Amino acid sequence: MSRRTRLTVFAVAAVGLAVALGIGLGGLPRFGAPASAYARILNTLSVPQRHATDVVSAISFDYRGIDTLFEEFILFAAVAGISILLRPLGDETRRLPEDQAAGRRIPPPSPAVGLLGILLSPLLVVAGLETVTHGQVSPGGGFQGGVVLASALFVVYLATSYSVVERFEPGALIEAADGAGAGGYVAVGILGLLGGAAYLTNVVGLGQPGNLISGGTLPILNAVVGLEVAGGFVLLAKEFLDQTAVIRGGA
Amino acid sequence: MIAVALVWVAAAGTAVVLTRDPLRQAFVAGFFGLCLASLYLSMQAGDVALSQLVVGAVALPFIVLLALAKVRRPQ
Repeated sequence: MSRRTRLTVFAVAAVGLAVALGIGLGGLPRFGAPASAYARILNTLSVPQRHATDVVSAISFDYRGIDTLFEEFILFAAVAGISILLRPLGDETRRLPEDQAAGRRIPPPSPAVGLLGILLSPLLVVAGLETVTHGQVSPGGGFQGGVVLASALFVVYLATSYSVVERFEPGALIEAADGAGAGGYVAVGILGLLGGAAYLTNVVGLGQPGNLISGGTLPILNAVVGLEVAGGFVLLAKEFLDQTAVIRGGA
Repeated sequence: MIAVALVWVAAAGTAVVLTRDPLRQAFVAGFFGLCLASLYLSMQAGDVALSQLVVGAVALPFIVLLALAKVRRPQ
């Protein structure tokens, strides 16, 4: 394709995009516009109907729970795809990283980084658990908390070495967490069917609004999503780090 | 408050585009994610801000760094 043809194709595509984008942006509500009717309805209904003080969680795990089910499986499929793509091949061998110069060891991270890791990693675990468990009460939830939980392990890697962090990542357990989290969402949805209602209906006792245990299935779904996201992200890091640090290429 | 956050986002977004080295870009993009999170927070969207924080400032730079390390490994 010559430069001229490419420019023509680009110009046509750019004009098309500009028109579509212009029409789309023109139809948006203006900045600071009052909330839509749907938003107002959900704002008034989420506490009396679902006993959940965080409306966003009530929407994503209850009113629109099926959307979140698919979102969760997008992440699950992505992590599974990366695990398959980065698996050790037959002609690759595992060897721990070492300095190529004879008799010299890889310098360990500085004590300051180590201290930071010791302080930061338990804090991240607590913050992650707090975010996962308080999804129905305040902003947060399984997705956000799961990533925070996984990042606690990244900090351990930062402060120590790969061989240390490997002990924190038993492969089978992490894969099981990822799968159990994804499957758990489906199982909680079946609870609705068992309760004689539609799939993912909130049939569990709702509790007091504002309490830690409130919102029926919301905290359960948040917990399984947190498990899946934390497992998925740790698995992702493990696969990449394995490939980068340990697995040596074959021919 | 919102105006300050918007200026931050505009400045950080420009910085991401102007950074050419992928390694540095990962860090600048993380900072851009942080700015976006503060913008959402200033608009009182706590849930979105938290999601943006973990995805934009933790997950995205982390994945970019891992991918760079994988690509740059001496054969």
